[in-house]
Amino acid sequence: MTDSIDTTRIISSDRFELHPADETAIVRELDHYEQPQAATIEALKIVQRRYGWIPDGTIPAIARVLGIGPAAVEGVATFYSLLFRQPVGRHVILICDSSSCFLTGFDELKAALVQQLGIDYGETTQDRRFTLLPVCCLGACDGAPAMMIDDDTYGPVRPEDLDTLLEGYP
Amino acid sequence: MSQSRQRQPLTYRSRILQPESERAADTHPLTWRLRDDGETVWLDEYLRKDGYQAVRKALSEGDPQTVIATMKKANVRGRGGAGFSAGVKWSLTLKGSGHPRGYIVCNADEMEPGTFKDRLLMEQQPHLLIEGMILAAWANNSRYGYVFLRGEYVEAARSLNRAIEEARQAGWLSPDINGSGFDFDLAVHTGAGRYICGEETALINSLEGKRANPRAKPPFPGQSGAWGKPTVVNNVETLCNVPAVILHGADWYQGLSGDRSEDGGSKLYGCSGPVANPGLWELPMGTTGTEILDRAGGLRDGLRLKAWLPGGASTGFLLPEHLELPLDFDTIGKTGSRLGTGLLTVVPETTSMVSLMRNLEQFFARESCGWCTPCRDGLPWVVKLLQSLENGQGEPGDIEMLEKLAADCGPGLTFCAHAPGAAMPLASAIRYFRHEFEQGIGKPRAQAHQDPIPAGQV
Ligand SMILES: Cc1cc2nc3c(=O)[nH]c(=O)nc-3n(C[C@H](O)[C@H](O)[C@H](O)COP(=O)(O)O)c2cc1C
Ligand code: SF4
Ligand code: FES
Repeated sequence: MTDSIDTTRIISSDRFELHPADETAIVRELDHYEQPQAATIEALKIVQRRYGWIPDGTIPAIARVLGIGPAAVEGVATFYSLLFRQPVGRHVILICDSSSCFLTGFDELKAALVQQLGIDYGETTQDRRFTLLPVCCLGACDGAPAMMIDDDTYGPVRPEDLDTLLEGYP
Repeated sequence: MSQSRQRQPLTYRSRILQPESERAADTHPLTWRLRDDGETVWLDEYLRKDGYQAVRKALSEGDPQTVIATMKKANVRGRGGAGFSAGVKWSLTLKGSGHPRGYIVCNADEMEPGTFKDRLLMEQQPHLLIEGMILAAWANNSRYGYVFLRGEYVEAARSLNRAIEEARQAGWLSPDINGSGFDFDLAVHTGAGRYICGEETALINSLEGKRANPRAKPPFPGQSGAWGKPTVVNNVETLCNVPAVILHGADWYQGLSGDRSEDGGSKLYGCSGPVANPGLWELPMGTTGTEILDRAGGLRDGLRLKAWLPGGASTGFLLPEHLELPLDFDTIGKTGSRLGTGLLTVVPETTSMVSLMRNLEQFFARESCGWCTPCRDGLPWVVKLLQSLENGQGEPGDIEMLEKLAADCGPGLTFCAHAPGAAMPLASAIRYFRHEFEQGIGKPRAQAHQDPIPAGQV
């Protein structure tokens, strides 16, 4: 995720221009589908990869590329849990709170994370390093309790592992 | 981020707990090709291990109806949890003159709590799924395929994308598969979270770039699915069974389960929770819970078994005495539960059923798509009541209210099976462990809950 752009200042504007590389990537996605709207989720992900989240101005910009209304794009952006309509930290921690993890130490792991980071779900550390979110069963129940940091899946994770684990994400 | 992949010893790795020596081609159609070192089986190795032979056979025989007939006879029951025969589903897809060619969609959204089987198949053996999808496309006259993959499965996306490229280069995908004249290609479509995307009509809406609310049925996807075209949705494991069925025949497949079960074939069973060796095994359909729990080394730390879920959070609880039953769709169905995904979740005596139910219902409440009232408003209420009981703050009537809320979410009363999935474990937990719920009643009736309808709290 890029931290050189102050994304919080990109506010709603119909004149917002997508990064040319992003626009190309979105247009390339259209080949896969019968209708352009199908690329909405992928388009939002492309934008999110650049800014870390989905700034307001990108919504009408994506809508223009796909030839659909901005409300349709916003509806999608606010429905899916891995699309962030607010700024997040440089790294996103997804902790699995589903049943197998619950049965094998989720409560302790979550408490340790909250204590170590000083944040709860939906919050970002002051230094903007981490955002903490819950996630459905990560399909790693034989490695429960499990969590993801960015694209990496870990498990089983014990509270005492957190120090070294988090160090890998400056 | 990819560069950080290898650096942590805690990195999760998908694995099968049977060594290669225990997995043979004629008994373990899903996993015999998997390597002991857990590395992905790429095209060369897949081809050496009979890869794409079933596609070669089906396409050279020239009649898609034969594939459907074999699948019907083999009775491969849907491994996404509902157990519907894939062959029957395929026979109902609209196809032929007057119908547009549609889509084959692999449901790879795997988010059912306690389920981790499709991940293994996709990460380590992507070509088996691709081959299964080509056969499904051939049988259903589909033009294009999608693997609808949950966004968190980054590793599976990598291996599938590489395998699709390999298959395309080698002529196993469009425009003229292996010289047969049949054209078909596929793409990986990654999701962005939300359990409801696994419901097949919500999945189609999501694929079309919309919010993942389910659609009314009928029309069924096989009649009108993605972009109004006939669309076949099948689970990863279901599709991975197809190549061996086509290659070795329906009788062979039926025989795999011996006299354990009316349902043929093998199943990727698993076990998680506080057991010594949580994991996955490919075993004959109808293997008992006892054998699976044994393979998992029993409960760890001297814990004792209180209850178990046979196949994910949306199945009903069973008791230790049910472990003797063969784990197949009909037998488990008769207990009032469901086989679901066939991956067991083990509950020790030390866990409070009320707390566990609270955890499960928080999941269902959060993941409701919000379309129907019993699900959208009922489930948060369920959570609230369970929280009260958990804290010893319940009041007389709470358990009856939970039963009523569960009944309101029963089959046929809501738009999709999410709400019934939330109701089933709750009803069974109250049925078997009512005393634990009763222990949570600490308040007299007069003192109402402070906030009985916790809008937006879960
Ligand atoms: C809320 C909900 C979530 C579901 N999630 C999945 C899933 O993640 N994977 C899956 O294969 N089926 C899932 N299903 C079942 C699908 O709707 C559908 O029955 C299945 O994909 C059909 O494939 P099969 O017949 O091969 O099992 C889910 C159903 C519901 C109601
Ligand atoms: S039952 Fe729940 S998840 Fe299914 S359509 Fe209704 S509100 Fe949505
Ligand atoms: S329940 Fe946490 S990974 Fe499955």
